[in-house]
Order: sequence, then structure tokens, then C-alpha cells
Amino acid sequence: MSSLTHLDRLEAESIFILRETVAEAAKPVMLYSMGKDSAVMLHLARKAFFPGPLPFPLLHVDTTWKFKAMYAERDRIAAQAGVELIAYQNPEALDKGINPFDHGPLHTDLWKTEGLKQALDLHGFDAAFGGARRDEEKSRAKERVFSFRDRNHRWDPKRQRPELWSLYNARKNKGESMRVFPLSNWTELDVWQYVLREGIEVVPLYFAAARPTVERDGLILMVDDERMRLDPGERVVMRTVRFRTLGCYPLSGAVESEAASVEDIIAEMLASATSERQGRAIDRDAGSASMEKKKQEGYF
Amino acid sequence: MPAVREWLAAQEQKELLRFTTCGSVDDGKSTLIGRLLYETKQIFDDQLAALESDSKRHGTQGEKIDFALLVDGLSAEREQGITIDVAYRYFASEKRKFIVADTPGHEQYTRNMVTGASSADLAVLLVDARKGVLTQTRRHSYLAHLVGIRRFVLAVNKMDLVDYDQGPFDAISAEYRAFAGKIGVEDWIAIPVSGLNGDNVAASSQATAWYSGPSLLDHLNDVPLDVSADAAKPFRMPVQWVNRPNQDFRGFAGQIASGTVKAGDDIRILPSGRETRIERIVEAGGDLAEAVAGQSVTLTFADEVDCSRGNVIAVSSDPPEVADQFEATLVWMADEPLLPGRGYWLKSGTQTVTATVHEPKYEINVNSLEHLAAKSLELNAIGVAEIATDRDIAFEPYAVEGSSPNRVLGGFILIDKLSNATVACGMLHFALRRAHNIHRQHLDVGRETHAALKGQKPAVLWFTGLSGAGKSTIANLVEQKLAARGRHTFLLDGDNVRHGLNRDLGFTEADRIENIRRVGEVARLMADAGLIVMTAFISPFRAEREMVRKMLPEGEFIEVFVDTPLAEAEKRDAKGLYAKARAGELKNFTGIDSPYEAPEDAEIRIDTTAMSAEQAADLIVDEMLRRS
Repeated sequence: MSSLTHLDRLEAESIFILRETVAEAAKPVMLYSMGKDSAVMLHLARKAFFPGPLPFPLLHVDTTWKFKAMYAERDRIAAQAGVELIAYQNPEALDKGINPFDHGPLHTDLWKTEGLKQALDLHGFDAAFGGARRDEEKSRAKERVFSFRDRNHRWDPKRQRPELWSLYNARKNKGESMRVFPLSNWTELDVWQYVLREGIEVVPLYFAAARPTVERDGLILMVDDERMRLDPGERVVMRTVRFRTLGCYPLSGAVESEAASVEDIIAEMLASATSERQGRAIDRDAGSASMEKKKQEGYF
Repeated sequence: MPAVREWLAAQEQKELLRFTTCGSVDDGKSTLIGRLLYETKQIFDDQLAALESDSKRHGTQGEKIDFALLVDGLSAEREQGITIDVAYRYFASEKRKFIVADTPGHEQYTRNMVTGASSADLAVLLVDARKGVLTQTRRHSYLAHLVGIRRFVLAVNKMDLVDYDQGPFDAISAEYRAFAGKIGVEDWIAIPVSGLNGDNVAASSQATAWYSGPSLLDHLNDVPLDVSADAAKPFRMPVQWVNRPNQDFRGFAGQIASGTVKAGDDIRILPSGRETRIERIVEAGGDLAEAVAGQSVTLTFADEVDCSRGNVIAVSSDPPEVADQFEATLVWMADEPLLPGRGYWLKSGTQTVTATVHEPKYEINVNSLEHLAAKSLELNAIGVAEIATDRDIAFEPYAVEGSSPNRVLGGFILIDKLSNATVACGMLHFALRRAHNIHRQHLDVGRETHAALKGQKPAVLWFTGLSGAGKSTIANLVEQKLAARGRHTFLLDGDNVRHGLNRDLGFTEADRIENIRRVGEVARLMADAGLIVMTAFISPFRAEREMVRKMLPEGEFIEVFVDTPLAEAEKRDAKGLYAKARAGELKNFTGIDSPYEAPEDAEIRIDTTAMSAEQAADLIVDEMLRRS
């Protein structure tokens, strides 16, 4: 038998992490955001527990501002056999009509950070899988695979548990929890190669198509529904674009591209000159230390 | 697009190398990694633009790009200009994908260095061409070698600052050669580099025409991988999880630690020693004919044999050893020092058991390699000690001469039972002989017989509380009341035991733990004899009370928390001890300068400010009789 390739080894490591969590946690859950990383994580989980069903539900922390195509993908997954999907919206954010146009950083804070904490507390989940990768952002590069959170969901970068070999310490006291990142050692390129190799379905927004867009603050934004507010002088223009990362549509920058297949995307990446998080308005809130601050507050 | 297909086909064959980088604070480690990322095109335009602006603001390279800023992640680090935790970096060459564990240099972060090195195949040691081999270089070589790294690169950095001169490079190589021989590092290479300018990083440099060896990247591309060595060893797989979706399927999921497995192989399950045959290697895309070290698989057996998480499946002709006492090297990673005798969780593979560590045989001075006498291990200390587990575990010696280390069955971590923090990591050397030879004596007249003859259910009533709380007084009354009802009892009192059995112990934390351990053992023997035992000890630490609880069968340990507030106990002060402690004449006095960890879920709690000793004793006797 030939030796394992790097994708084989990444896959085996992720499956090990998924199984270790399920063996040690009382009530695990998988954070599911409809993106490519979620799709890969879900695929790995199915492999890890085959031929049994997924031994945990999926949780989508909704902001009401995702792309329509993402909601369609969520519904497609939720309808599959053996999948239990919980969608949660922070009632306070809903009540106050929190939106990305009027509320700036508060939008992410209330819908995502607070929404996530509420959903985890409500269901008593003590371990939550997230699809974050260490190559995405500098402060993620230092986070553990099993990331301990205190009773208030806070992350303390100075008090992280040393993580040796593949020995993960998942022990915790009542009320404390773990965020677990099975894709920690994957890169964006690994994810796409794996999507291609395994034939994993992803949201069509990743592929280039003619879409109604506006250009704002250097980002190309898609006009996904009538709630999109236009500044004076802004014009909706059809552009052939695709997305490298997905989030709330008014905050997700598109790239102009002709890549219509996974192979095209990989070809484009090889020639690419920008990183994927560049299209994320939310990372810019407080300069380059912004993600670290969010994480300490309990953001994923 | 044939070009992409071709490229993808090549990607499919790419291997994975994990390496770690270590060096002293100013050796330019982050700069070198930043340079590697840059040279292998891992840095995108937007990151480069951010880097240029960051370099002007925080950088230390004047107008030049400060590559270190790419790597130093957390804001605290950026402010202090040092790396304070392990950071993982990813890049790829035409041949391999690389995972880099970038670990900090200064002494107090030894634990991070060991963490980064634990999963690496190779270590890149940075030295400054102007400074040569430092204490830090020796320390890092020793630590990396200790955790099983056998391949080293000595990257002699900042060659630009010595005019790319061969002299300093040769001197440093010679100095390192002498040291490497001493600690058993055989496979190493010295490469002259400049992280700042990129010389010999990705390609050979004209500036060092006198150097004919490979560039750093070329060497990383060609070095052999540990995973290939693991595949050649006998088959072992720790069971992670039993997959039982319905009555018809029972699969054992895990990642293969070493060797290969195929359907029909005879296997043994450890520690039970039961044997069976592999029936299938189940995978979503169809059963596999064979699987190899590193793969995560699900196995099924030909027979219905007991097997659960923590067990190890091994080839039956060559299984690993099973034991409950070991010698091991420990690296202490917590602020609280090792407490010999205290019970910690030990996790090795997927097995989690309770373990106690004896007083270390010695501590190792990492700088001089001397063995020093030690009673404990402090943060970042490395020592050798004996360890006892509460049950048998399957294991293998961590270090293997001339091969890759047995990371999965030879490495372990210790976890504090209260805080759940990872306090140490360790590497098993060998099983102690006495663990092989001493088997517990099987007794024909057992504890059930003892209890039946006395017509009672044995129990240990464990009274805990501050000095002067009223433990002995209440325990005495309880014993009188039980004796009056014809029960066979015995009272172990703190002061009495300290005059006899434990008169060699003082009041340090370690001695207090040993005190309770001995009392626990005696109480257990008495319960085995069928007695109802009462103990009256301050027993201030939760961990030790839990240790005694675990010695006894479920339900036989009854914790009685005699809850008297400190102010009240101090007011009573029947023995005048609090006055002495306040005057500084008594050290380590519980409640004054030593903590009392109150029980969280005691079976019985007595509030002595709300009831008399007589009432308390009645309440305890009633509860006691209700339970039996």
C-alpha cells in the first residue's frame, strides 16, 4: 500500500478529533454555517461515524442576513436523513431589528457572538465543533484544537492548555465548555482539493455567475434582496463574481472571477494574490487585533 | 484545463512533514519562518500590504519588511516584540506540505517548546552567527531530542551580519558537533542562512559560495518521514469509540498508531488479553482491504468479545506490554508544583486512569545535563519518577533507538482532577518489575463474608472540617449511638493517628496528602473487615477526599462536612491553636495560611451554628441507617 498523502493525513486527523470529542463530551453540537468549511466538516463527520448516523445535531446561529442561496443549502442539508438541524436567532437582535447597515460591529456582536452563547446555553451543549482553520488569521494560528471556554464562554489566550501529540484534554467542570476545531491544520487550498477529491456539494455562490452588485469601500457587495440599502449615487451593476468566504451578504465581498468549477477555483487560487479573509468587513473593526478581541468575548 | 489537472495529480502525491523551530529570543526565528512563507508564495498581496504598513509602525527593520510580524500573532506579543505561545504555520513546496510549530525561545516557555516538538519529525534550531551556540541552543536540542525528534537542522542565521564569512559558521558547526554527540543527536546538518535576505532559505546563495550543502527548503523536501517508520512496526490501535448504531453492527473506531491491518488478521485486545480476528475494515466508500499507520478506521471482529474505549487492539503475535507501575520522564507544565502521592488523571492513547507520582528519582538540569536531587517538580522542570496507575494500561517505551518514537502508547499527559488543567506531559520508559511480579492476594474469606458475619453494611463516615469545627466530638457521639445499637465500629482520630502511624509526617502540603492517603488505606482495610469506620481529620483538600472515595466501593464513602465558619472555630479555639497560628508560631495552619477546600456535594452537611453536637449525631445516625 502506498504511503498516505497530505490530504489522507489531514482527513485522518480530523476524524480522530471528531471521534475524541464525541467520546468525551456529554452533549456535542456542530456549528454549521453553510460555507465550504462546514460542508467539509460535515462530510468528515459522516465518514467518522459511518455506518451510524451523526451522533450530534447541527446548529446554525442565524443573523437573518445570510444569502438566499445559503438558506436554500441549509434547508437541503436539514432535509437529509439522519440530520437534526437547529436554527437559532437571538430574540433581542430580532426585536431590535439589528442590521449591518445601522449597527456596525453590534450586528456581529448581538447576532453571532451573543446568539451563539445563548444557543449553547439554551441547549446545554458542552462541546461545539467549528470549521475555523489556523491559516485564516493570525490569532487563530495559536488557538488549540480543543479550546477551553469558561462559564462565560471566554477564551483566555494566556491560559491555554498545552496540547501534546494527539492527546486532547477535553475535561471540564460543569458550565464550562469546549470549542473544537477539527480543520485546524487545513489550508484554504486543502479544503478545495478535498471538495474536489470527495465530490462534496457546496453553495453555488462559490462559483462565478452574473450577479447584481454594488461597489462600496473597495468591496464588491451583492444585492441579494430588497433590504440592501444603496448610498446616493450607487448603481446596481451586473458583474460576473464569486465569493471566497460567505457570511451576511451586506458584509461579504465578492471577487470578479470566471471560475465556474472547483477545478477553476483551484486554478484561480494558484494565480491568486489575495487572502480569503480580505473580503470580510468584520475583521476590520478594530485594526489587526480585531479577531483576537472577538474571540476573547466568545466569538467563534 | 490540463495544467490544473496535472498540478492536482501531483498534489495528490504530496507528503506531509511536521517540523518545529526553536531558538533564542533574538535569533530571528519568526523572520526566518516569515521568509519561508514568502519564498514559497504563501503571502498574498493584501497581507503583504498590511505587512508593509505594520513594519513601519511596529517593525524593527527600519524601511525593510519585518517578516516576523507575519508570524507573531497575539497583540500582547506584538507589543512586547516576543513570541509567547506555539503558533502553527502552513506552507507547501512542489513535493511536500509543511506544518510548522513555531515555539518561543525564552526559558519560562519550555512547556510550549515541548508541545511544539511533540508531534514534529524534525527540529530547526536557530543560532545567531554572531553569538554561536548558546545555553538556549543546548536546552532546545536536549528538549527536542527528549520528546523523540531525531533529525535536526542547525540554521546559522544572520549570516549577512558576519559578511557571509565561513569562519564563524565553521566554528559554530564544530561547537555544536561536540555537544550533539553528548546528547545522542546523530542526524543533523548545519546550514548558513539569512532570514532577512533569504540566502540559502529556498535556494542556494551566491553569497556563500563556500557552502555546497542544500538550502533549508531542499533539505526539508528530502528528509525521511516518521510516519513511514511507524508503518513498519507491529499493529496497534487504541479504541476511541465503539460504533453501535443498531443490534447488527458493532465497530471499533480509532486511528492506527503503528503497523498495518487487514481482514483476517489475528488480534489481541489489551489489557484484557482476549483474542479474535479482524472481520472487516469498514469505510463509507466500501470496505478497505488493508489500512496503515496514521489512518482513522472502523474495525469489526469475527467474535463478540468485550472491547471498549481505552482498550488497545494489537497484532496477537506481538502485542505491547501491560502494566500499572512505570518509570517515566516528566515535564512539569503547571504553576502548581507536582505533589507526590496526589491522584492525577493520566491520559495515554485513549486510556484515562488515575495515577500517582512518587517523589522524583532526580531532576535534570537541562543546561548542564546533571542529575539533581528533587522532592517535587516545579513549572518547566524535567525529572524522572516512578508512576503507579490504578489499573493496568497497555503501553510501549516512548523512545526507540534508531527509530521514530512510540508517541501514541508511550506519551501521556497528567491532568489536575479539580481544575482539569494539563499539568505535565511524560514519556514512559519501562514497566517496573514489581508490577509484573506482585499479584494481589486472592482471599477466600472476602469482605462480603466479614460484613455478613457482623450483620451490617460497612461504611466510612469521613468527617471533614476546620480545626475546632467539632469533628471529633460529633464522631465520638455517633460511635456511641451506633455501638448502643449493636453496630461494630471504629473511630480513627486525627490526633491519635498522628502520634502513631503517621508520626513521621509534618504539615507540609505533601505530608498532609500522605497523611490522608494512609488514613484512607487503613479505613478501607477496616471497611473490608466489615466495620463502620469514622474518621475525623481536617482533610483540607478535595482531591485527597476524592482519592479515598475512589478506594471504596460505590456508596460506602459518606462525606460528613462539619461546617463551622472560621470565625466561630477561632472563637472556640479549644486547643489554643488558632492563637498560635495567628501569632506565627504554627505554620501551614488550615484556614489561616493554608487553604480549606469545602466539599461541594457532601452526603451530609452539619451546620454547627444551627444545631448541637447531640442533634448532629442523631441526624448522622439516622442518615447512616437509612442508607444501609
